[in-house]
Amino acid sequence: MPQDIAINGDNAVALAWKQIDPDVCAAYPITPQTIIVEKFAEYVANAEVSTEFVCVESEHSALTLCTSSASAGARTFTATASQGLAYMWEMLPITAAMRVPLIMAVANRAVSGPININNDHGDAMAARDCGWLMLFSENVQEAYDMSIVAPRIAEHHSVQLPCMVNLDGFVLTHAIERMTMVETQDVKSFVGEHKPLYPLLDVKHPVSHGNMDGPDFYYPHKYQSVIAMQKALEVCEEVFADFKKMTGRDYHLVEEYKCDDAEFIAIILGSSFGTMKATVDKLREKGIKAGCAMPRVFRPWPVEALAKAMAGKKAVAVYDKHLSIGSYGPMFPEVVAAASDLDKLPKMYNVIYGLGGADATVAGFEKSFQAVVDGKAEKIHYLGVRL
Amino acid sequence: MVMASISDLVVGGRIIKPGNSEQFNTGDWRTYVPVVDQDKCIDCGQCWIYCPDNSVVFREGHMSGFKLTHCKGCGICSKVCPKNAIVMKEE
Amino acid sequence: MTTLAIKDLQQLPVRLTSGHRLCAGCAESIIAKQIMMGSEDPLAVSLSTGCFEVSTTVFPYTSWNTPYIHTAFGNGAATCAGLETAYNALKKKGKITENINFVNFAGDGATYDIGLQALSGAMERGHRMLYVCLNNEAYMNTGIQRSSATTIGAQTTTSWPGTVSSGKKEFSKDLTQIMVAHNIPYVAQVSPHNWRDTVQKAQKAFSCGGPAFINALSPCPRGWRFASDQTIAMAKLGVETCVWPLFEVVDGKYELTGESARIASGKVEKKPVMEWISSQGRYKHLLQDRWEPVIEQMQKEVDRRWNKLIKLSEL
Repeated sequence: MPQDIAINGDNAVALAWKQIDPDVCAAYPITPQTIIVEKFAEYVANAEVSTEFVCVESEHSALTLCTSSASAGARTFTATASQGLAYMWEMLPITAAMRVPLIMAVANRAVSGPININNDHGDAMAARDCGWLMLFSENVQEAYDMSIVAPRIAEHHSVQLPCMVNLDGFVLTHAIERMTMVETQDVKSFVGEHKPLYPLLDVKHPVSHGNMDGPDFYYPHKYQSVIAMQKALEVCEEVFADFKKMTGRDYHLVEEYKCDDAEFIAIILGSSFGTMKATVDKLREKGIKAGCAMPRVFRPWPVEALAKAMAGKKAVAVYDKHLSIGSYGPMFPEVVAAASDLDKLPKMYNVIYGLGGADATVAGFEKSFQAVVDGKAEKIHYLGVRL
Repeated sequence: MVMASISDLVVGGRIIKPGNSEQFNTGDWRTYVPVVDQDKCIDCGQCWIYCPDNSVVFREGHMSGFKLTHCKGCGICSKVCPKNAIVMKEE
Repeated sequence: MTTLAIKDLQQLPVRLTSGHRLCAGCAESIIAKQIMMGSEDPLAVSLSTGCFEVSTTVFPYTSWNTPYIHTAFGNGAATCAGLETAYNALKKKGKITENINFVNFAGDGATYDIGLQALSGAMERGHRMLYVCLNNEAYMNTGIQRSSATTIGAQTTTSWPGTVSSGKKEFSKDLTQIMVAHNIPYVAQVSPHNWRDTVQKAQKAFSCGGPAFINALSPCPRGWRFASDQTIAMAKLGVETCVWPLFEVVDGKYELTGESARIASGKVEKKPVMEWISSQGRYKHLLQDRWEPVIEQMQKEVDRRWNKLIKLSEL
């Protein structure tokens, strides 16, 4: 009988890892991911997992060690945040290009500078070009569930891409929420046995991995990843369907809330999706046909599902918790691109909120959403900033 | 330049044919080619162990010549031979 | 262990094939082959970015007859550690049964400088792996720029001799000592002219059961400016002048080997550093009168390190 427990996001991720029992984990601590690593280290110390656990001396080495471990054929997990992800950055596209199904939890935290330990999506978004699968979670339950589905998606033989499981730093990592566990034997049978492709330690079939490409090979190799990402959209839906059969929890490429008959929708990621749902309810009370959506799968970008959610809407407000200074937030141009083939393009607005952990309240969302409804919103609005 | 076809590529940029650089001939790099005087050669193997390109050929314990498809003509073999049995000749 | 007769070494599997793009006369493949002869068990090899990596794996060709991996530049030690960690995990679960040895090859750039952190971390954590530095004393692959392994007075493209400069100003970093300070089971210096010494040391390194570090002098015809047939002669001269002594440190105990042992015991005369300098174009400018003090500095420092090494070997 699945148990309900009170747990914070970091511990929930560590719990999912424990139930999966990966072969290898190498990580370096960074706020607010530290609890994942510390909890997992406890499991290791008490032989509750069989994982080879390595306390590396930096995040760059963490991702490196995990990449070669995955290439060797071991199921490998790691976690980081913010500066750690930044330090790993050199390796991020390499891991993806090497097509190893590494799973990395990212406790989303603002990237320096200034140095800030609070939540925004700057770290993950700065890495969005790297070729990793990227999943987002609204709450602790989802952080736990995404940690369980991730290996199934990443390890699929048509995908073979590393996957970031994102959860908001402090807001989810450190806040205790109620969550329903999955039984350990169900987790194990769900993720299944790891069947690596061309494992490097198969000495009878030596493989060279990480070679040098000239111009005649680089782009074709990259295109193989394009195909894999396209396949990943299908695979995500298959895996979500299987997960629903096991737990009853129903996940989608894009989660929609009251979008069907909405005239105005907000698109938003992570824990603030919950805040936006409450905002939508308040607006509905005022008679506004509001709705909101979260691209649970951010990479690959779910173009069709988003287009479907936006079809026929009067306006779409994209709430980004990161800004490419000098341009827009990361989702905005991609949402506009997803809408660009609709018969009638909705009015599109960008709201930049919550940078560095700035409070993202229902009141703030309501005010900015209302401006969109009234046709008075700026193209790009910096929520909460006062001159 | 025409880019490679995807269908020829293994996942992840891997090469699954170990040691296939044997098919890539570096012999056309050289200006000088080594020539061995078998009367002077004592099959000591110094040329073999110092050749950077596996281009000294031993058959049944005897130095039988050079792998000219790959020899780059560096001249190390001629310098290390204790019997001066190898000379470098302009090719 | 394999005996050290060339006839027997010739029976070992060829782990690095022909067809790589290293310069004619490059020492790196010579060193790598000698090192790999030290492992009878299967080997998994990782490389840091550099001449060796680029030259042996130009897609779609690979010169590696062993499992091979390369990820990036400053992380060779971590890459190798990842293979070793996965091995431990998979062996524990019965998915691998044979013994596999692990080795990372890297240049001095990838070892002394950008790769030092990852190397230190891997050595400290006790991974069962051998790290071999192919020390050609500069960032050769990018065009001969100075590294912290470059010797004083050497010309590189970022330490030019000029009207106000005598080449590199600093002495080379003594990385081998830094590795000894990590208290790992095995540390050694080798030079490819003494293949017997190199293979023996590799055997010890692969069987020490923990982290091992071997620093190999890798003379570079292109970067040091000498004729391509002089590579082995240059490797020998480096040892004979005590610029690059041959020694090993087994569980903290120092021992000189090869020619260095014979020099220390007085059987062979130590050659002056001037012979080293006058044999390579990268030091050509030092032959000018005004840079004589630099040669004196170099000799003094070579002597200081050499005498210290002798004392350490007597402990």
